[in-house]
Amino acid sequence: MNPDDLSERADAERGRTGKFQERLHVCTAASCQAIGSDGLKAGMVARAKGARSAVEVVGTGCMGLCSKGPLVRRESDGALFLEVTGDDAPALIDGTSSPTLEGRRVSVDTHPFFAGQLRIVLENAGRVDPERIDSYIAAGGYGALAKALTQMSPAEVVAEVTTAGLRGRGGAGYPTGVKWQLVGKQQSDTKYVVCNADEGDPGAFMDRSVLEGDPHRVLEGMAIAAYAVGATLGYIYVRGEYGLAITRLQAAIKQAEKEGLLGTRVLDTSFHFSVQIRIGAGAFVCGEETALIASIEGKRGEPRPRPPYPPEKGLWGKPTLINNVETFANVAPIVTRGGAWFAGIGTEKSKGTKVFAVAGKTALTGLIEVPMGTPVRRIVEMAGGVAGGGKVKAIQTGGPSGGCVPERLLDVPVDYESLVAVGSMMGSGGMIVMDEATSMVDVARYFMEFCRDESCGKCVPCRAGTVQMHLLLEKFCAGEATEADLALLRSLADLLRNTSLCGLGQSAPNPVMTALRYFPHEFAARMKKEPS
Amino acid sequence: MATTAPAVPDVKDNRAKLFERAMSRHGYAADALIEVLHTAQELFGFLSMERLREVARKLKLPPSRVLGVATFYNFFSLRPKAEHTALVCTGTACYVAGSRGLLDAAQHRCQQAIARGQPEKLGVQQARCIGSCGLAPVVVLDGRILPKVSVGALEQTLDEVGA
Repeated sequence: MNPDDLSERADAERGRTGKFQERLHVCTAASCQAIGSDGLKAGMVARAKGARSAVEVVGTGCMGLCSKGPLVRRESDGALFLEVTGDDAPALIDGTSSPTLEGRRVSVDTHPFFAGQLRIVLENAGRVDPERIDSYIAAGGYGALAKALTQMSPAEVVAEVTTAGLRGRGGAGYPTGVKWQLVGKQQSDTKYVVCNADEGDPGAFMDRSVLEGDPHRVLEGMAIAAYAVGATLGYIYVRGEYGLAITRLQAAIKQAEKEGLLGTRVLDTSFHFSVQIRIGAGAFVCGEETALIASIEGKRGEPRPRPPYPPEKGLWGKPTLINNVETFANVAPIVTRGGAWFAGIGTEKSKGTKVFAVAGKTALTGLIEVPMGTPVRRIVEMAGGVAGGGKVKAIQTGGPSGGCVPERLLDVPVDYESLVAVGSMMGSGGMIVMDEATSMVDVARYFMEFCRDESCGKCVPCRAGTVQMHLLLEKFCAGEATEADLALLRSLADLLRNTSLCGLGQSAPNPVMTALRYFPHEFAARMKKEPS
Repeated sequence: MATTAPAVPDVKDNRAKLFERAMSRHGYAADALIEVLHTAQELFGFLSMERLREVARKLKLPPSRVLGVATFYNFFSLRPKAEHTALVCTGTACYVAGSRGLLDAAQHRCQQAIARGQPEKLGVQQARCIGSCGLAPVVVLDGRILPKVSVGALEQTLDEVGA
């Protein structure tokens, strides 16, 4: 396929879909699938065959409002139907009125959950069929790759990403353009591009949704990156828990190879790039880049000291570019619309948008993509606040590496620096909302238990420190902790932060320390009562 | 474990053939170890010591390295699977929605089965987060997701499948 064929294919697909009078998108992401969207879709497809008007039923990726699934979106008027069952199929297909269905209809244009969103990463989610490459191509897919390969030099692609001000969406926020430049300037016969899809933070499911709903977007981003840095082989390291994402990715890679969009002579140019999937085996530490590299090499996922950083010595000692799923998903729009466009969104230091997986005690659970700089409070409001009208106590971002933000600081804007300033971090995008009934001591213990279990055991501060900190937190939970325990907890936190080998141990004390900083009275209340 | 351990004599089994083919597809490369272990577990349900020895021999790796990798990752099981498996998600969203109670209930039932002398009946596992936070709390019973499940509903479903 060459760039001209690409636009022909897009026209053909648009011509095909144009023949239908109506299109119904059924969410087939893991969450909706778990509650019956596959059966629903099959029923709708069967019904559509006998329908009088031409209705197309399309399975798509995550539409975002996961707690109200299965979801169906009607294309003509943007109506979104919640909690759809097989009984609703006739009314949906025939367009007949059904009072029960009407009661579950919202508009994606005006509903508060969607109205404040700005979708770049998720722009195709709920719109394209992740299992058909033509659907992606009709939405402009692989156009950015064609543009990069035929109209831009690798250096120009890197410059565009640098202009955009894109920063790593995995959590640390390293400037993506700088990283690409570092890998690009290495002299080596072999370089690799790795996509970190080991979304390990509990409560985070943005990357899963992107992989399931728009796998070609990630592949296109990786291919553009490979062209920019001079790599020919890529790996996607996916969590083993994400079965559907793996299946969709495998299918997408096969389709792209067949169409000449991956493999040798991509789009009839001299550029070669192939992608392999590596399936994780359940180790949180593998989200750390050097541990991830070890795991791809078939070893225990243990991190190693940096430097050298992966751009110099990565996979099999070769220069390696590692970016997260969401980072790669931002690449195609940047190349298509230009870095300056992207840099116009967000704040001075944090550009573009961020996808958050909002869960916990909120009325609604799902994915919310907002411009950087949006106050956290606004995101919580979009998710309908606390279910049942309760009060927010705190939110937690960054998972086991992040921290909590108390209600009084909820006006903090979401950008890398502001969240760090209040003791939390951007993280990969998990945002757990906790209400007044949630004990912060319990949550602190929960995250420490997580880090204790997931510590790889290579360095002593993390291996032994997380065990000791967890034991101390157990004492708090049992009401047996003393002042000396509190002092020990603080000093251990300091030790872990400063002496652990990798990010897991260095950041493990964060949830405890922010809980202590903002909710000291909860810890005091759980301490041993001195005999009076 | 010695690298000279005899070959596993199950060549007549079709699964062994499939397994051999999977290793050969990877060119018996050492870096394919994790992929190979994934395949082995898929085919045989768990990783026996004999299997690990076979993998070590075929991929030309020290057995210690194979055992080290197999025990490092949570996904790999060195024991046969129980008849039913309840995977309780203990991710943050499920945790704040009450997964601890679900875990306790499942483990209690598991203990009861052991007390009855049926330790192979029910296996209880924890997941770090299956990413279906919109359905929290979640239990995956024999591969089937039970969304927004209560302790009562879990007990009832376990009764239904006879676990």
